[in-house]
Amino acid sequence: MIYMDYNATTPCDKRVLEAMLPYFGDEFGNPSSLYQSARTAKKAVEKARADIAVLLGCAPEEIFFTSGGTEADNWAIKGAAFQLKDKGRHIITSRIEHHAVLNTCKSLEKVGYEVTYLPVDKYGVVDIEELKNSVRKDTVLITIMYANNEIGTIQPVKEIAETVKEKGVYFHTDAVQAAGKIPLSVKELGADMLSLSGHKFYGPKGVGALYIKKGVKIAPFMYGGEQEKGKRAGTENVPGIAGIGKAAEIAAKEMVEEEVRIKKLRDRLEAGIKDRIPEIVVNGHPEQRLYNTLNLCIKHIEGEGILLHLDFEGICASSGSACTSGSLEPSHVLLAIGLPHEIAHGSLRLSLGKHNTEQDVDRVLEVLPGIASKLREISPFWNKGK
Amino acid sequence: MEYTDKVCEYFRNPKNMGRIENPDGVGTVGNKVCGDVMKIYIKVNDDIIEDIKFETFGCGAAIATSSVVTELAKGKKIEEALKISNKEVVDFLGGLPPIKKHCSLLAEDGLKAAINDYRDKQKNSAPSPIKSEDKQL
Ligand SMILES: Cc1ncc(COP(=O)(O)O)c(C=O)c1O
Ligand SMILES: [Zn+2]
Repeated sequence: MIYMDYNATTPCDKRVLEAMLPYFGDEFGNPSSLYQSARTAKKAVEKARADIAVLLGCAPEEIFFTSGGTEADNWAIKGAAFQLKDKGRHIITSRIEHHAVLNTCKSLEKVGYEVTYLPVDKYGVVDIEELKNSVRKDTVLITIMYANNEIGTIQPVKEIAETVKEKGVYFHTDAVQAAGKIPLSVKELGADMLSLSGHKFYGPKGVGALYIKKGVKIAPFMYGGEQEKGKRAGTENVPGIAGIGKAAEIAAKEMVEEEVRIKKLRDRLEAGIKDRIPEIVVNGHPEQRLYNTLNLCIKHIEGEGILLHLDFEGICASSGSACTSGSLEPSHVLLAIGLPHEIAHGSLRLSLGKHNTEQDVDRVLEVLPGIASKLREISPFWNKGK
Repeated sequence: MEYTDKVCEYFRNPKNMGRIENPDGVGTVGNKVCGDVMKIYIKVNDDIIEDIKFETFGCGAAIATSSVVTELAKGKKIEEALKISNKEVVDFLGGLPPIKKHCSLLAEDGLKAAINDYRDKQKNSAPSPIKSEDKQL
């Protein structure tokens, strides 16, 4: 099998799995208890907090564990909105956010909040001027993702944070696709909150974290016990937390080297596809883009067909076509960057990672052109005279 | 995507794909919402669909159902072919995931559109009650 869907999820690193196992076994204690195995569990949680803090360049006290990226996004947005509801009820976000952000914002619209969804340019970049002009007296939160999961475009987050600082509004960034892939420093960025998720960087699924800058006050997400300083109650997912901590530790050490290697593979894949398949569109920013992500549209054909044929060849990828989305609409991201429906319909996302090799890239280059011609042969839009 | 083996087989090796030169009838139908488009060409002789081919822009379900509807219609009398329903096509494939049902609607519509086009051409002047253009993109 050739796995090229690392933006969807990643396999757990063996070292991560090993770091988790003791907490399913002998060290099963509840971190809140007093005896020995509980103390070991407690230590594991605090060690993980410190490892994530290193990854983000912040203090351990600023890291709060959650059940994943979705919860971190929900908490940051709802937590800020509820905390500041007397100051104002306006939120600014972008049209290309992950549904964890978009649908959270939509849920707030139903209970009296107003949300501005900023447009993006053809590369998927938010316009800073437009952002500035959208800030109102009653704006309480701006949430703009760090890197887009579909097209990989990286936002000018630092500039956005500076703009926000001038205006005295909270700034959250969904860095689920960036954390563990590229070096991040929240200090440098100036973000007030940042979400990350373990399973996107070789950690386990179902565990994530929210960075909350010291001094930033948001409402708790879960009510109950005193875990996570009473802000996120519930007995800690100790094995998961130990796992995400280990994944962060590994990423901090290895990601720079990985970046060089994977970028080379991605670029080779991109150039190879452009050489071999006519009439394609590459999506996302040419430079400000995640080094592992290649999103393209093969004109005149439909994405699900491409995925099925790739699957027959043992290659795993994804698409933003309407027929794969589960709704009837093609990906909101592809529409937001201005692609017409019929082109968005032919989208293919190949996202690379740790276990990909040159041979994997060559294999995709070997089979994809044939798949494209086969589907084009039966497409009414393909001019066969060509 | 939980397709039956039959859907995968038909998607992988569709029958009757391509176009017919100088067809007696052509029907183009599309689902504006999800974007799938199907084009069916027929050659009619003695009221019998002698040859039929399709071109489809769409997902696995759309391509598989296109192939099946052409196979079911081939060699049939026009009157018989008009009785082919979506249900028959979907049943033939051993079912489709619920979310994919709408993709299969094109099969029946596409065939009917091609037959209507054929009949329109036959009548030459008198317009048929259902204009094939209604379904065209
Ligand atoms: C940008 C982005 N935000 C949020 C999420 C949700 O994260 P999780 O799967 O951990 O809930 C994802 C992953 O699908 C993502 O890509
Ligand atoms: Zn479809």
